[in-house]
Amino acid sequence: MSCEASDVAEAIRAAADVIARHRVELTDLDRPIGDADHGENMNRGFTAVLATLDTTAPTTPAGLLKVVATTLISKVGGAAGPLYGTAFLRAATSLGQESRLDSEGLVTALRAGLEGVVARGRAEVGDATMVDALSPAVEAAEAAKGEGIAAQLAAAADAADEGAQSTVPLVARKGRASYLGERSIGHLDPGARSTALLLRAFADAAR
Amino acid sequence: MKKIINDPAAVVTESLRGLAAAHSDLLRVEYDPAFVVRADAPAPGVAVISGGGSGHEPLHGGFVGHGMLHAAVPGAVFTSPTPDGVQAAISASTGSKGALLIVKNYTGDVLNFETAAELAAAEGLDVRSVVIDDDVAVADSTFTAGRRGVGGTVLLEKIAGAASERGDSLDDVEAVARKVIGQVRSIGVALSAPTVPHVGEPSFDLGPDEIEFGIGIHGEPGRERIPAEPADALVERMLSAVVDDLPFASGDEVLLFTNSMGGTPLLELYLAHGIAERLLADRGIRVTRRLVGPYITSLEMQGISLTLLRLDEELASLWDAPVSTPALRWGK
Repeated sequence: MSCEASDVAEAIRAAADVIARHRVELTDLDRPIGDADHGENMNRGFTAVLATLDTTAPTTPAGLLKVVATTLISKVGGAAGPLYGTAFLRAATSLGQESRLDSEGLVTALRAGLEGVVARGRAEVGDATMVDALSPAVEAAEAAKGEGIAAQLAAAADAADEGAQSTVPLVARKGRASYLGERSIGHLDPGARSTALLLRAFADAAR
Repeated sequence: MKKIINDPAAVVTESLRGLAAAHSDLLRVEYDPAFVVRADAPAPGVAVISGGGSGHEPLHGGFVGHGMLHAAVPGAVFTSPTPDGVQAAISASTGSKGALLIVKNYTGDVLNFETAAELAAAEGLDVRSVVIDDDVAVADSTFTAGRRGVGGTVLLEKIAGAASERGDSLDDVEAVARKVIGQVRSIGVALSAPTVPHVGEPSFDLGPDEIEFGIGIHGEPGRERIPAEPADALVERMLSAVVDDLPFASGDEVLLFTNSMGGTPLLELYLAHGIAERLLADRGIRVTRRLVGPYITSLEMQGISLTLLRLDEELASLWDAPVSTPALRWGK
């Protein structure tokens, strides 16, 4: 099983919808440990992504992911803009000019995205960042490779949820929450949460 | 939330329109992407450029003008600007001698300016960056995002701008900037939380008798929450944190910068400044330059920050050099 560019576009629209619906939740998660704007910033970015998709129609999965990347980089700001922008850009680059996204390509794209985030943000698993959600998601998508894209994304979303929850007892080591030291313990990392939400949106769109 | 705004999404743009109207002799504003640039751009010398989230006014747009910044890039409120904005500001302000980017050590600022510097370098421009990290409240370690850039940013922008104005090369402006970063330290406290316009409620909860000790410029915490105490004790606590860090020592000549985070009136600010001068004199540290006022703020947050810069002859003379910007103006 594989998916067309139009399916990827559908998944991106679903992601924008999920971010819009969770805008307040993400901002509330950011309030005690950051500066209370993660939901606002992500929503600004994905609203712009939707507007761009209405006027341009890339014909490859990579082309669509690149639109997401460049729009997030130019509209989100903060740390989330360059981190998510880099993730989508690396994912897009890894897919080349393929017209369809298959199971192998999905894993390659997710892994490229993760490597981009790690390189830009210099964070590792356990630092209480989006890496804690994205890293297990990549592993899960890889493990489910034989089961098709829908199953892979569902597995990735489950793993990302669990990974995001795993940030709660952690001391944040990167990003603004790191300034809290021990006081960052007990908080769900907003970036890990938004990563889990995006993967869930992709998984639901692929069903 | 009561604020003098129309639409939270338009706050930064509408504020920039006012800045441009009030200071058209010094600067002009571009809106898409947004940046503030000197009226006489591009710079004949090294372009000194900074930027960051809005809500810290007059930082950074208020420091664009003769003897200080050549361009400033505002982001959304409390959100770093995007790389395309920074890149556009670099292109508009950089002449033949290159550009120095002054970046506060916040993850978002570092990532976006880093990306912009790469884009500008790809265009063939000679662009360097310095990252200021003067906040003693935050542990500096390779396992964290490191110390934040706070009050020292204002002093750095003034001194780097003066070095550019006297005709220094990019190497030399960068060297002066690094010297300032090595010798400046700050600490901030919050008595109340700011309200970000698009959020609509206070950024954090602080009890009526609580102070957050060691805040960053978004009111985000850094060290501990303590009971409110009289000004003498609070200023001593703040100064100790700063003096012990570098450390500053008896005989040092310093610039003392007492800053309001936006909501603390001058009455209290001068009160705190007076105490700080006395406590520094007690330690044998000579205050020979001062800056007192709201220069790097956190919206309407009540609170202050104290910044000490160890001076030598060069830094003192660059500080004294003429400056003409919306928020700092002397000697010209």
